[in-house]
This record gives sequence, C-alpha cells and structure tokens, in this order.
Amino acid sequence: MQSSDVLAERGSTFPAGIEVERHHDPDSGADTMTINMGPSHPSTHGVLRLVLELDGENVVRCTPHIGYLHTGIEKTMENLSYYKALVLTDREDYLSNLCNNLAYSLAVEQLVDVVIPEKSQVLRVLLNELERIASHMLWLGTHALDIGAMSVFFYTWQDRDLILEIKEHMSGVRTKTSWICPGGLRGDMPSGWYERVESFLNQFPKRMEMYEGLLSNNPIWLERTRGVGVLTPQEALDAGLTGPSLRASGVAFDLRKSNPYSGYEQYEFDIAVGQYGDVLDRYRVRMEELRQSYAICRQAMKRALAMPGAPVRTNDRKIAPPPKAELDTSMEALIHHFKLFTEGYHPPVGEALGSVEGPRGEKAYYVISDGSNRPYRVRIKGPSFYNLQALPKMCEGRLVADVVAMIGSIDIVLGDIDR
Amino acid sequence: MSELINSPIWRDLFVNSADNIPWYAEFVRSLLRFVIALAGGLGSVPILVWLERRLLGFWQGRLGPNRVGPFGLLQPMADALKLMMKEDITPTNVDKALYYLAPAIALVPVICSLTVLPWNSSSDWGAVAPHLNVGILFLLAVASIEVYGVILAGWSSNNKYSLLGGLRASSQVISYELGMGLSIIAVLLMTGTLAMQELVHSQTIATNVPIPDSSYSIWTQSVSAGFWNWNIFKLFPFGLVAAVVYMISMIAETNRAPFDLPEAETELVAGFHTEYTSFKFAMFFMGEYANMMIVSAICVTLFLGGYTAPWGILGQLPASWAFFPPSVLNFANHVVIAPLWLFAKLYTLISFFILVRASQPRLRYDMLMHFGWKVLLPTALANVVLIAISLALQQLFGGIGHLIAVAIGGVVVSIVLWVAYLHWKARKSGDEASRLPIRRESVVRAIAARMPVED
Repeated sequence: MQSSDVLAERGSTFPAGIEVERHHDPDSGADTMTINMGPSHPSTHGVLRLVLELDGENVVRCTPHIGYLHTGIEKTMENLSYYKALVLTDREDYLSNLCNNLAYSLAVEQLVDVVIPEKSQVLRVLLNELERIASHMLWLGTHALDIGAMSVFFYTWQDRDLILEIKEHMSGVRTKTSWICPGGLRGDMPSGWYERVESFLNQFPKRMEMYEGLLSNNPIWLERTRGVGVLTPQEALDAGLTGPSLRASGVAFDLRKSNPYSGYEQYEFDIAVGQYGDVLDRYRVRMEELRQSYAICRQAMKRALAMPGAPVRTNDRKIAPPPKAELDTSMEALIHHFKLFTEGYHPPVGEALGSVEGPRGEKAYYVISDGSNRPYRVRIKGPSFYNLQALPKMCEGRLVADVVAMIGSIDIVLGDIDR
Repeated sequence: MSELINSPIWRDLFVNSADNIPWYAEFVRSLLRFVIALAGGLGSVPILVWLERRLLGFWQGRLGPNRVGPFGLLQPMADALKLMMKEDITPTNVDKALYYLAPAIALVPVICSLTVLPWNSSSDWGAVAPHLNVGILFLLAVASIEVYGVILAGWSSNNKYSLLGGLRASSQVISYELGMGLSIIAVLLMTGTLAMQELVHSQTIATNVPIPDSSYSIWTQSVSAGFWNWNIFKLFPFGLVAAVVYMISMIAETNRAPFDLPEAETELVAGFHTEYTSFKFAMFFMGEYANMMIVSAICVTLFLGGYTAPWGILGQLPASWAFFPPSVLNFANHVVIAPLWLFAKLYTLISFFILVRASQPRLRYDMLMHFGWKVLLPTALANVVLIAISLALQQLFGGIGHLIAVAIGGVVVSIVLWVAYLHWKARKSGDEASRLPIRRESVVRAIAARMPVED
C-alpha cells in the first residue's frame, strides 16, 4: 500500500506522488513549460529545487526536489559521545541553533534523568526567545526581499546582528554557540551581558513599529499577500505543518502552551493564531509572535536578574563538567572532567523525545540509547520538511511571483530539511 | 580674448545665426552639439548609477560604494572596466544574430532620443536637432524601439527565465505606453505644439507677461516667469494628473521597481539579461540607465519647465558682471546655468524614483496589468477629454470655462469612485472586509491524541 493511498483513505486532500509528464492541450496544441527553479536561485532560501510546470505564468504543478544540502548529521551523531554530538545540532537548522540545542538537551536529560537548576531554565527560555526573534528577523527580511521590498532586508539584518552580538558576548561565537547543553548551560552570562540584552529589548518595539509601518499597511504588500497560498486547517494538518505556518491557518497549537518545557508555563504570553491561512496571515502571525517573544524576554530577564550567582549547570559531575576553578584543587573534579570529555556518560537503555517550539515549528530530537556512551540513533524532526510539503498544494494555479512569496511565507531552512 | 571673440571664425561658430554661416561652421556646430549631448546623456549614466547606489545605501543604513575615487565616484567606471575585461560567453543554441543585436537595439534608440532633448533656449545650440518640429513624436517613436532589445534578448537567449522576462517586458511596455502617450497628448493639447523647444517656451511665459527683449544675436533670452507656469500646474488639476500618469508609466517603461518585473531578481534570476555577460550586459545596463535618464528628462521638459529656472532671475547671471563681454555672459547663461537647472530637476526626480525603489514591494504580473489597463488608462483618457472640454469652454466663456470643466471632472470622478466603492464593498463583504486581526490565545488545549500511526 502506497503512502498516498493511506493518506487518501484518511480523507487527506493533500496531493501525494509526483507526476512528471507534461500537460498537453489537444485543442490548441500547446504544451506546458517545465522550468527549473533552483537549486541555485535567489529566492529558494538555500538549495531548494522546484520543478515548476508553467502554463504561461501560471503554475500548473510544483514539485520540490530536496537533498542538495544533505549533511548526514543524524548518522554522524551516532558516532559521537552525547556531549560532543551537541555541536552538530547547531549545524542542521543553522538559523535556530539554540532551539536545536535545547531540543537535544531535553532528550538527553530525559535519558540520564537529571534535574537542572532553575536559573538555567530561565536562561534557556530567554535564549530561545532571542533566537526566535533573530530567526524571525531573518525571515522577515528575506520574505520582504522576495516580494521586492529590499530595504526591510537591511533593517532586519541589523536587528539580527544585535542578537548575534549578544550571543558572541556570551560565548565568543556568533551563531553556533552550543551554549545550551545537557545539564544546563555551558556557563553563566559574563558581566555586561544583561545590559546588552536590555539595550536590545529597549529599542526593539520601535523597530517593530518601523517594520509594521513599512509593510503592514502597504497596499502593494497587502495585494501581494492577501489570499495567496491559502491552506485550510485540514490541509495544514494533513501536510504536517507546525509552528506559525500552522497557527496562521487557524489551528491553535503551540508546544510552549500545550506541552510546556523549561518552565514556559510560568510565563505570561499569548500565541498568535490566524484565520485565513494565507501568506498575509502567516506574516501577521509571525509579527505578533515577535511581540510575544519580546514580552517573554522581558519576563525572563526579570527572573534571571533576580538570581545572581545561582548555578546554571547541574551539580551531577557525571553529566556536566565541574567549574574550572575546582580543577586546580580537587583530584575528583579532574577525573570527572577527564572522563566526561574522553568517554562521556552512559545513559541507561531507553529512548527519549525532546521537542521544542522552534521558530519554524516543532523541532524534535528522538534519541535512542543502547547503554553505550554514544546514541544508538538520533532522529531529527525538522519542521521545514513538513512545511515544505504544503508548497505544491499552495502553488497550484498561482503565478510564479506567488511561488516566491509562498516559499518565503513557510520560512524553510534547507539545512533543516535535508539534515 | 576680445580678438578671438570678435574674429569671424568665432562669430561663425558661436554667435551668428545658423542662416548665414558657412557649411563647415554648421558641420562643426552639429558635431559639437552631438558631443555635448553624448557627454551629458551617457556621461551622466555613471553618475546616476553612483547616485542610486549611494542613496540606496543611505536609506538602507549602509554606506554604498565609497572606495574607488572620492566618495566612490569612480566605482561605476571600475565596474564598467571590469565588465569589459570579463569573458564574453555565448551560450549554446542561442539565436546568434538576435542575441548579438539585442544589446545594441536596447542602447542605440536611447542615444538617438538624446537628439531632440533641449538643454537651453538657444535656437542653434539648444539641442542636437533644435529645429525638428515633431520632436515629441520622434521621441515616442524612438523610445518604443528600446523594448525590442529586451524582447529579442529574452527570445534569443535560449533560457526560459529570459523568455519569461522578455514576455513580461513586452506586455508591460504595451500596456503602459498607452498611458504615457495619452499623458503626452494632454500636454500637446495644453501647449499646442510638438516641438520640444516650444514646449519649454510655452512654460516660461505667463500669458500676460511681456516677452523681454533678447539683446544678443542667436541667444534668445527666455525668462522663466515662475514655476506656476509649468505644465504640471497648468489647467489645475488636469496638468497634475497628466504628470502623475506620465511618471508612473515612465517607471514602468524603464522597468524600474516597483514595476521591475522583466528582471525581477527574486523570481526570474535576472530576467531577460540572464544569459548576457561582459560588455553585452554592460550595454543593457547602460541602455537601461540612459533610458531612465531620458524619460525623466522628457518628464522635466514636458511638465517641469525643462531647463528654465523655477523663478525668473535664478536662470541667469546678473548683467552687472559687465566686465565679461555680453556674448560670454550669454554663453554662460545658456551653457552653464540652463543645463544646471535641467540636471537639478532631473536628479531630484530620479532621486524620488530611487526612493520608490527603496521603499516599495514589487507588483505581481496581474496587478501590473490591472493597474495599467483599469486604472491608468481610463484616468489618462478621461483627463485628455476633460482638458479638451476645458480648452473648448475657455474659448467660449474665458476663464470660467475651466472651472466648468473641473466641475464636470469632479462629478465624473465622484460617480466613478462611488461605483468603485460599491463594487469594492460587494466584493469584500464576503470574507475580506471582515478580515479579523490575529487572534491571541492564552490557553491551548494539550494535543490529546495525534494522528494514528500506521501499524
């Protein structure tokens, strides 16, 4: 039984399977034109290849071809100890590094059954929301650039850069920090870090107003996005959409609310839900999400500042390395440090799922342990892969220019799709 | 100095009227005029490119090119040099003849249209072809040829993106040329002439202001009575409507954002010139920017008083500088001051278009067609009819006739807007008018059961 038949049995409206032959109109003798969009194309957000079948400028069929950025990260992780495999998580969805860190860390922490300190939970939330803002900023810029509003791209890039500087201040690395690790965080925040976050947050609402002013009421922008790429709630669920793209279709699903992790239940925030499921709604949902992320950041900042000097790593020396100062005085600390970074730890046999609400949707790491110091299998659920599945459905009968808008609106990252 | 100025050759070249000079002087004059036009026209292309990149940089919070030469002014030259030295690639299976011809077709008409553009009021030195009495028709005819370069490039490149770009260009130009032509017809109705020089002159003199004496041989002094005589303010609001229609069509004609569909980078990679490299690409590039300059210059000439100053005395050096011979003073007035005003208006206009590019998203193909045929064309058409009515009524009743025409126009516009509003309301009442803001949910039901997993 083919997967398409299974889907059809369940009443799915989602088109499955790829047809390759061209349409031929016997009356006029006209053929459709097949055009390769990508893998090297300005607006496919990486190396996505779309095979478009065009009737004039109308898209008859759109077939995404993926795999141009396959890195074998899942397989590589099987050959690294749990602690070392963490750095690979930064590298798959390269625009939401800290969210990937968190999902993986949650899974490993379930396996080894460790409780992490309160402050690290707060900082994890703060870092994740900052990451969401950074990712949404990049999405907004490239999405606007795809639709032709080029200046927004440069403005959002400035905001994203401020967050990268925050990460750099924290870790010395701009993007792939691996700062969230099993057992808490790599380290506490350096002096001046909170002030930097504070100054970023202070200017952020004004920036949001500017973006809204540039786009939200622009008639060309509205006309370009309204009613384009509509996904009904059922279609969105059929395709497996998660995140803002799903919420824009009117399905109120957010892991931060439905399955809270890292203490998200203690924060006051709303999730944005759209109604029409078109490109405009996906834009507005993400804009609202930026505001909510800002609110969460404010709350997390307040909590983190109330806990100066509190530990950010678990005291379990089998899972997290001891503080550097202890290495000079304690033999045991030295042994722990050596063992952790050479052999690593051996979680009990079992399996665990760590999933977080990433900027693009549900980011999940499914880790299986066979009792050795290396994961037996790591399966990554990338939300972009599922979001991309909705593209052929949306593209049918639209214009080429809409395809570009729709790719931007589902916010795909090819590193996330191909892994 | 004075010997040179009073010498017969100097007088033949620069002072005497064209009617009584020897053939070689006429020949040299023609050559000089052409050189001036080329230098002003093509010479401002690099400046334009530089200006665009610097202004975009300024508006986008970055620097723009600032390394080569002072303020990066030589950057376009460096780019052109780089393009010339690049490998010239001809893809396989292109239609060779058309592929090589297309860049030339894109560039040459633009240079041709420089010939009738007036840059000062001299009857002999005001343009390359100052006496062409159908200047505006010539411009329209020549400017339309430019798009053939784009279409042929798209057709011959053996590339589907190029083909789509070429097709988009052809339909776009056909649609927007109509609006452009109608707005020019509006100007012709108002001024009653096809000659470019007279189009400018008609904007310099208010009807009740006497023409001042011109003291010096061929240099006829045109005194600009004031910017309120410009065509854009004439027969208010009809002149303004014509100007706006022209400006929108001219952005579309030159394939500039937000109408840059033929070369929409994020959709068609580079559109019609995807397959062009090296100097052939440079020719497209040059043609495009020169065309942008030409259509803006036409706009300035038709609607913004051309080379004249916005107010009388600003257009000339003071006569009190008597230590210069009168002919030198006049020469300076015409050759320096008048083109300066032309360029000042030109670059202000172009800066505005750069601002539009910096701030507006791109239109979609169907939006473009909808706007061209359903908004721009009817507006321009109604405008022409109303101008004709106004002129006819003014002949009958004098100044009050214009007010009657405006009243008629007001009624027509109100009816159209009312019908459009009703139409819009009926169309939107279904789902779009009641478009709700984004809902905020603070409590979400935990997903109890996910989709069943296939056994």
